[in-house]
Amino acid sequence: MQEVAVDAELTFRDPARARALSARLEEEVHALGRDPVTVMHVCGSHEQAIARFGLRAAFPEGLDVIMGPGCPVCVTDVPEVDEAVALARSGIRVSTYGDMLRVRGTVQSLGDARADGAKVDVVYGVSQAVALAREIREPVVFFASGFETTAVATAAALLDDPPANFSVLSAHKYIPPVMEIVAEMPGAKVEGFLAAGHAATITGYGVFEPFVERHRMPVVVAGFEPLDVLAGLLELVRAIRSGVPKVVNTYPRCVTREGNRRAQELLWRVFRPIGGRWRGIAHVPNGNLRLRDDFADFDARRRFDIDVSSLWDYAPPKLVQKCQCGDIMAGIASPTDCELFGKECTSDAPVGACMVSSEGTCKIWLTYGGHPDLRNIRRRAS
Amino acid sequence: MCLGVPGRVVSIDGLVARVDFWGVQKDIRLDVVDQSVSPGDYVLNHVGYAIRRIPAEEAEQTLALYDELLRAEDQDLMSADVKSELEAAGGRRGR
Repeated sequence: MQEVAVDAELTFRDPARARALSARLEEEVHALGRDPVTVMHVCGSHEQAIARFGLRAAFPEGLDVIMGPGCPVCVTDVPEVDEAVALARSGIRVSTYGDMLRVRGTVQSLGDARADGAKVDVVYGVSQAVALAREIREPVVFFASGFETTAVATAAALLDDPPANFSVLSAHKYIPPVMEIVAEMPGAKVEGFLAAGHAATITGYGVFEPFVERHRMPVVVAGFEPLDVLAGLLELVRAIRSGVPKVVNTYPRCVTREGNRRAQELLWRVFRPIGGRWRGIAHVPNGNLRLRDDFADFDARRRFDIDVSSLWDYAPPKLVQKCQCGDIMAGIASPTDCELFGKECTSDAPVGACMVSSEGTCKIWLTYGGHPDLRNIRRRAS
Repeated sequence: MCLGVPGRVVSIDGLVARVDFWGVQKDIRLDVVDQSVSPGDYVLNHVGYAIRRIPAEEAEQTLALYDELLRAEDQDLMSADVKSELEAAGGRRGR
């Protein structure tokens, strides 16, 4: 049993299939008869797979694969970070995912607040924050960010009888509405979306059907192994070429049309969608997830008087004003377009959210060599 | 935190599974997964919760799909003259 599955896992990195898929992708792009064709993925895991396995070098000329607002840490908006920082500075214990620690609000990150003496804990997941609350008597606030996949975990924890001293500051976000915003952005060049396999594992691929209908644009659900990404892009270009917008699922080992119904049920029992800001994207109708009234006792916003006004006395550092994270997440700019990239802004001293998270485009690009587009090198070599 | 990682279930105690991720073992909650999970199964894990059981046959189904993709429309994908034109241009079209 184990061997079969491990073999299958490795098979998704099979070089012969990867070469064949890459060659077919190149044929498809050529057959389109024009360039460039621009597609967007909305998942940090896709960008990681692309960078880690050097896939940009395997993409044909004429195909631009850009990363949209798919990094949950990056799209957490400044006021949301401010709320967490203000809570922590007021003496409340705040626990959160590691990559949220260094994301700056108006002035400070939770890490900065911790350096100033605030009680901030890094946890692997919500269960660990609940366990911490069980251990100690003081209030524990879980600063919850992430998309539907992560929100489901928060929902499950809240439905599993958490202790009374536990509460949630929700910065959870829901992906499908932001695709609408990006598709409608003036000057948007995106012709199709590569949707995140994990999020679609929860929602099912059926959730994209209304989008495809409205925007006449294909959506392909793809996984995160090299073959998954190549096959997803191949289907996406084929769909663009066919001129018939549709949803295609290239991740059937995890994604069905209906998705994980139990997870959806947990998600919507605990959360309700509201409109709100995403960093870099502005207002997204129904893009934010807030706790329903039934869970008011566990809603940190209702439980504590969060006063962020004390943070407004500061002026944001000058460097922050030059940061191009917003444009990068909207797919308008690349990390290398930002004058701070790799100079004033590095993994050790990140200025913007895209450099903080392991799912941020800037962090990924810098980690894997500054500019992972190797096509120029290959062209010279050939 | 958005990374989903597949791992193999080693043992199960109620709603908690001990899962092996390439040699590292972690306790993962089973509240969210909508299929029955047994030791030996692979699960897709996300921030401490299994969100999907991945049976080996479904992994094979994905691979079959990819092979299908490679076979499909071999003839009508591009006409022969376009193919030869591409070959003449060194297999690659400049921008």
